[in-house]
Order: sequence, then C-alpha cells, then structure tokens
Amino acid sequence: MDGEELTEQETALYDRQIRVWGANAQRRLTKSHILVSGIKGTVAEFCKNIVLAGVGSVTLMDDSLVNEEALNANFLIPPDENAYRGKTVAEICCDSLKDFNPMVLVSVEKGDLSARSTEFFEKFDVVVIGYGSLATKKAVNEKCRKLSKRVAFYTVDCRDSCGEIFVDLQDYKYTKKKLEEKVECELNFPSFQEAVSVPWKPIPRRTAKLYFAMRVIEVFEENEGRKHGQCSLLDLPTVLEIKKKLCEANTVSESHVPDSLLERLITGTIEFPPACAIVGGILAQEVIKAVSGKGEPLKNFFYYDAQDGKGVMENISNSFTS
Amino acid sequence: MDTQQQQQQSAIQGAKVLMVGAGGIGCELLKTLALSGFHDIHIIDMDTIEVSNLNRQFLFRRSHVGQSKAKVARDAVLRFRPHINIRSYHANVKNPEFDVDFFKQFDVVLNGLDNLDARRHVNRLCLAADVPLVESGTTGFLGQVTVHVKGKTECYECQTKPTPKTYPVCTITSTPTKFVHCIVWAKELLFAKLFGDKNQDNDLNVRANKAASSSKETEDVFERAEDEDIEQYGRKIYDHVFGYNIEAALSNEETWKNRRRPRPIYSKDVLPESLSQKNGSTQNCSATSVDDSATVSAMPLLGLKNPQELWGLTQNSLVFIEALKLFFAKRKKEIGHLTFDKDDQLAVEFVTAAANIRAESFGIPLHSLFEAKGIAGNIVHAVATTNAIVAGLIVIEAIKVLKKDADKYRMTYCLEHPSRKMLLMPVEPFEPNPSCYVCSKTPLVLEINTQKSKLRDLVDKIVKAKLGMNLPLIMHGASLLYEVGDDLDDIMVANYNSNLEKSLSELPSPVINGSILTVEDLQQELSCKINVKHREEFDEEKEPEGMVLSGWTQSPATKGESASTSNNESAVEVTESSSGPEIASKKRKLSETQPENHKRETENVESEDDDDLMEIENPMTVSKKKRVA
Repeated sequence: MDGEELTEQETALYDRQIRVWGANAQRRLTKSHILVSGIKGTVAEFCKNIVLAGVGSVTLMDDSLVNEEALNANFLIPPDENAYRGKTVAEICCDSLKDFNPMVLVSVEKGDLSARSTEFFEKFDVVVIGYGSLATKKAVNEKCRKLSKRVAFYTVDCRDSCGEIFVDLQDYKYTKKKLEEKVECELNFPSFQEAVSVPWKPIPRRTAKLYFAMRVIEVFEENEGRKHGQCSLLDLPTVLEIKKKLCEANTVSESHVPDSLLERLITGTIEFPPACAIVGGILAQEVIKAVSGKGEPLKNFFYYDAQDGKGVMENISNSFTS
Repeated sequence: MDTQQQQQQSAIQGAKVLMVGAGGIGCELLKTLALSGFHDIHIIDMDTIEVSNLNRQFLFRRSHVGQSKAKVARDAVLRFRPHINIRSYHANVKNPEFDVDFFKQFDVVLNGLDNLDARRHVNRLCLAADVPLVESGTTGFLGQVTVHVKGKTECYECQTKPTPKTYPVCTITSTPTKFVHCIVWAKELLFAKLFGDKNQDNDLNVRANKAASSSKETEDVFERAEDEDIEQYGRKIYDHVFGYNIEAALSNEETWKNRRRPRPIYSKDVLPESLSQKNGSTQNCSATSVDDSATVSAMPLLGLKNPQELWGLTQNSLVFIEALKLFFAKRKKEIGHLTFDKDDQLAVEFVTAAANIRAESFGIPLHSLFEAKGIAGNIVHAVATTNAIVAGLIVIEAIKVLKKDADKYRMTYCLEHPSRKMLLMPVEPFEPNPSCYVCSKTPLVLEINTQKSKLRDLVDKIVKAKLGMNLPLIMHGASLLYEVGDDLDDIMVANYNSNLEKSLSELPSPVINGSILTVEDLQQELSCKINVKHREEFDEEKEPEGMVLSGWTQSPATKGESASTSNNESAVEVTESSSGPEIASKKRKLSETQPENHKRETENVESEDDDDLMEIENPMTVSKKKRVA
C-alpha cells in the first residue's frame, strides 16, 4: 500500500476498528481531508464520528453565531455563553472536535462556501454540505466535478425526525467481498443537478415519499429566499402551491407527495437528536467507505424517518427513463 | 411546538431512566438522551477506561484511562447539559444492591451491555420489577435494538441465544487443525499452567502423561528451581511442550492414521546456543524504564515493532523465551495468580508466540500478534458509527415505551448491506414465547442419572451455567436442598455443602424419576420448575455433561406449528401452566432449535470486550417468525 505504516500509537487507538475495516483502510483514512459546512445536529454527529475514526483533517465552515437553536442538538457547543460569545459555530465546534482525537487536524475556514473557486475544493477528498440551499448544493457539486481528481460529494439534510443524504462519487471503483473472493466493482453516479431533475413519472411507486417532499421544500426555500428551516405552518399554502406545480409538471397526481409529510417538514424545525445520531452515523459510515474504497457505497440517496423507523437507500437517476 | 411534540417532551422530562453500560453504546446513548431532554438518568458500569476504548467512546480522553466509565461519562455529559440529573454507579449490575426495588423506581431500562450473562440478569430484574427494557448490541457495522415489555413482547430470553463456542478437549490437547485451537491451547493450558493458579485442573499433560506413564516426572518440568537460570528453564519448557510432548503423542500411531503427523520442535534446532549475549533481556530491560506490568514487552528487545507483521518460527521462539524471561524477571509476584488478559501486552506476546510454534508443528498457518490478540481476547469489532446509530434507535424506542405507544414498538436491525433497499430495518416485535421458562414459567425437563449425578453437577452445569442464576435456591417439595446467601449460619452451610456431594437419589429428600424441583433466584425473583427424568446412559460425545435440559425450545424432532409445552410429553407431570389464555391461543414458531448440549466443556469463550456484543440474528430468519398482531 501507500508505504507508510501506522504508528504504534495509531494501532493501539484504532485497534477495534482496524479489526473491522483493516489496516489499509485505516491508512487511507489517516490521509484523507474532509470539508464540512453547515454544522447543525446531524453534521456535529458526523464530525464526531469521522474525527474518532481518525481521518487526516477536517475543515469546518459555518460562520453563523450560536443561538438557542444551535445549542439544541449540537453537543459540540458548550452551553456557556462566556465560552461562545463572539465566536462562530465552526470555531466553537473546532475546539470541541480537536479534543476528541489529537491525531486529527481540525481547522476553520471562514466565508461563503458557494463563493469558493473550483481550485479551493481540490485540497479535499470529501466535501459534505449540511443543510445547504439548492443553489449551493448545485454549484459546489459542479465545481467538484470539474476537478481532475475525484472528490466525493455529499449533502445531508434533516427536518423534523426525517433525514436525507445525497451521494455523488462520480465514476467510482471499489472492492467488495463476494463469498471469500474480493471483487472489483464500478458505479457511475449522476450529479446533484441530474439527480434532482429526474422526471417523477417513471420513478417506481414504492420510492420513499421523502425524495419528492424534499424537492418541494428545496424549491420553496429557493423561491422565497429562505434559509434552511426558516419556515412555519403559515407557509403551508405556498408549499402546497409549489407541490401542485411540480406534480403537474411531472404529470403525476398530487397525492404523490402527502400533504401531511410536507407539513411535518416545515413545522418540525427543532432537530430531533436521535434522528441526528442515526443520519450522522450513516453519513460517516459512507464517507469511511468512500475514502477506504471498501464496501458497496450508497447510491445515491438515503432516507430515514423515525416515524416508520425505516432507513432506505434509493437509486434515483435517469436510468428510469432510458 | 404542536401537541404531539408537547406530549413527547413531557413524557421525556418526567421519565427516570436506568442505563446499564457506559461503553461504546453507553457513551452515545447518554449523549443522545441528554440532548433529547431526559432529565433523570442513572448509569451503572463496573469497567474502567482503556486506550482501545478511545476510538469510539467519545466521552473519554487519554487522561481518563483507568477511571470509572460511568463517572467520567456522567461528568462529560454534564459539561454540555449542566442542569440535568445524572447518577453514576461504578459497580456490577449483578450486585445485590441493584435488586427488584431498585429497578422499580425506573420508567424504562436501557441496556448497552457486552455479555450474555448480564443481559439475562437485567432481563429478569426488569420482568420482576415490571419495567420495560430496551436491549441493544453491535458488532462492526451490524447492530440491533429490541423492546421487551412484560406481557406484550417477548422477553430477552424467549429465544435461546447462541452459546459461546466450545472445542473438544482432545482437539485442543492433541489434534489441533485450526489456529484458534492453538490459541486456546496457549492461553487456557500453557499460559494458565505456567503463570496461573497451580491448583487448578489443567489438561496440558493429559496425553503426555499417558504416553510417558510417569506423571510425577512431567509434573516437575513446570516447577522452576529457585536458582535455575530463567533461560534454561524457558528452554526446558519449550522442549517439553513443543518437542517431547509431540514426540510422545506421535508414539500413539492410532491417532495419526488419518491425520497429518505433527513435527516435534526443539529449541536447539531453532535458537542459538545462548541468547543472553545477543540480547540479554534481564540486563537490557532498563530500556523499558517504567516497570508498570502492563507495559512490559518483549517485542522492543527483539527489534519487533509492527504487531501486524508475521513472525517466522525463529522470531516466535525468541519471543516465547524472552516473554517467559520477562515474566520471571519483572512480574514474579504475579506468577501463580495470572489469567490471560487481552490488554496485558506480555501475555499476548507469549500466547501469540506459543500458539504460532504449535501451529508450525501441526502445519497450521501462522498469524500476526494483532490477529492472535483478536482471537485470544475474543475482541468484538467495534466502530463509533454503529454505536451512534444504535443509541439513536434506543432513544426512539424508549420514547415510544414512555408514551405507551405499544403498537409502534419495533425491533430494528442495522445492516451492512441493504436488504430490500433497507439499511435500517424495523420489524414488529414478537409476542412472548409461551414456553419461555423465564417469562412464562413453563416447567423444564431434565434428563439425568439420579443415582450417579451429584447435586453439585446440577448446580454447576444446569442452575448456574444454563439457567444463569446468580444466587440459586433449590427445593424439592418442602425440603430445602441448597441455597446461597450471606445470611446463612454455619450449620446450614455445612448441610448444603454435604448435600452438594451427594447423588440426587441420596439427598435427604431423594430426587428420583418423576421428582419436581423448584429452582429460584431470589435476587432475580425468578422461579422455575424442573421435572426430573431418570436416564441411565448418556452419549459421551454428544452429551458430555451427562444430563440434558429441555423445555423452553422445541426440539428439532417436534418442529411445526405446535408451541407451548409440546416436547414435554416425556415429562412426568406438568404441574403449572401459567401462560395466559390469550397467549396460549396464538402460535409461535421458533427457528433456533439448536440443542446446546453436544459440546465439550473445555472452552467457554465469551465476549469480554467493554461494550458491544456479537449476537446478531439474521433478519432473514427473523422475518419468517410470527410477530405480535
């Protein structure tokens, strides 16, 4: 493999997980650089998981200031006003994360993610956008795709007790174990833009309703110029209007996206910590897979809903139409 | 906040919860409970923090190594939720202070345990106290969360759990075919013989004795004379166990008719005349400046750094001699009291080397120290992500339990690869097993030779090992045959001790064919009846314990829909049928019907790691079973 051996210290610390994914995967992990933006509950969970796993570095982007909501599900922020006054969420989380594993380099990058040039993303192996706007997700995904190196791209979003993960690994090769043999596999991922513009009609009926509902909310927030989660029951008529238009444009009946689900998503603005732990755990697991090149990755959406308890993978691409 | 959310918040805030275990799952669970708004959390854990915990038990830091997990976890969570009440107990959950009354004060109990024994114990206390239990476990990327509510869903013991793997004695002592056999030999026999309790039975020389027909002589090999040179002593042991014993075993041609013959290995063929000049450990070991027993190591003295490297026969032999020397030079006081511990570096080195030399002798592929440690320590694979996910699932079920949302209870499986698109698969919980001896009080059947088997055999092999009782009491009719407790007077203790040595039919109240025994554990408040059936002969290979317990699962012969006490037809009399009419009318399939009895009793390998368990059921088999309607 890549030459360098794990140090004695690393072997001792990571003993139990090396037994899960092997020393080679651990070596790859220690050399990976992860960019994370939008640090609310689910992303805080994700960061904890990858710092513990021992990635090379984590770069945090979130210039928002601490408020009541940020404190709710983000255990990286101590509830002491003196400790966080004048600091951004990223700065405070950075301090907490460093403490979890001194072998991981954690740092803060200020500024707006969507304003960054394509070259900026070249430094990273993985980019994770938490709670991003439709425009940001599209723009950053495009930039990552322009690079000559493959940057693994993820978005994650939690509303009420539901969560969505999107994965774009472009053309991705990995090994998986089939019986006792290792098999080389390859997958081709659609871009974010492609994945959210797939016509609804041919998508199989048993697909998670959350896929459609999340698209409706995304468009709503984009049209109204709202930040993530900046909505209430008062917005329901507008949201339903958007749903109607989208359903018509896709020639599906309006019952395709249940109103009750949309209502949950816009009113459940307080994060549900157990769902954050679950979605943040799945996301970290996927990033570890992608970095180590071991095991079949999620393609290309994951949905969790605490109400029915299911965590499902949905493969949504233009393959339905062709 | 809508009314539903308000209801949820008030259910959470009013709840008093007990967490058992502050390890991998426990750390995540305590954090998620606190964030979710739980105010009153009690947490029990007997363990202290180790370095290998730090990759996932994120509430702990290097500076906490050696401290109580429960206490450090409490302090860490109070830092981000200072106003909630967390009470920590650095203690074993099986301690008598955690009795039924203690459990009764809680609204729900959440388990993040690492072993079957403690899980069964907590299950029984929850049943006795009528407190719902949310149970969990993870290994690698796999995990599961289950809900156990008395009378509504199955209890933790309604299905038999896979028992720890055991190996036949002779495979370990004379005919190993896998590396794990060599590890068991090195750990349980050789290591125990050299460094453990000398008075304990040890099968190490069984075969050799027979061949040499001079037990006295072989016994003396392991005794080190006061002035004997350690290296000479080490070589003598080496030659005895890898050379002489193999040679002696080879002389029994019958054994090797259909087996590959092992090769005797002597130290003079592998190692130079004297090692002392080259790397005199006793002089050199000032290099390992701190003489903390956990840090003494032979590897640096031999220039070995990478635990994942495969050592050859010579390197293993050097490690063997060097580790043995270090035990005598640096840890002499501990000799005679040591048991193998996966966190004891020198012990791991010695066992790895010994297992590899034996493997070489038997033509079995060698393994690295890292791999050997995993096998010897029964180390459960563990990652932070699965623990975090499982902890989230536990909290979700706990909230349902508090809201008494019985029809929403789910058991959830975390899978590594999606099954029917699902990575997290919720399944409706099963109804209680009407033939479960723990929650349904169905009588068990014990086939035993009542003239030959002693009461002690019954206590050790059945009441403790199989029924998992901690402080048992055994009654036959009105006659008390045996009990355990602090409050017994000397006369009673003497009486019970003499009973232990009597065969069942010789007891003051003779236990014979048709007798019904009542076995109770007062702490667990569990009582069950055993119908005794006399049987003359037992198959030594298949039934090595000389007794067969049955009753709470169907035997493979009586497969099919019939549940309840169907395989009790051999029982003399069924005294009690406490399964309610509602439950009895429903039928239930049990897919796990493997009899536990046909295993030899040499090895009892149980997960000893700090958290996380190994009992993952295959969701495919689960989905076929009957669920609560």
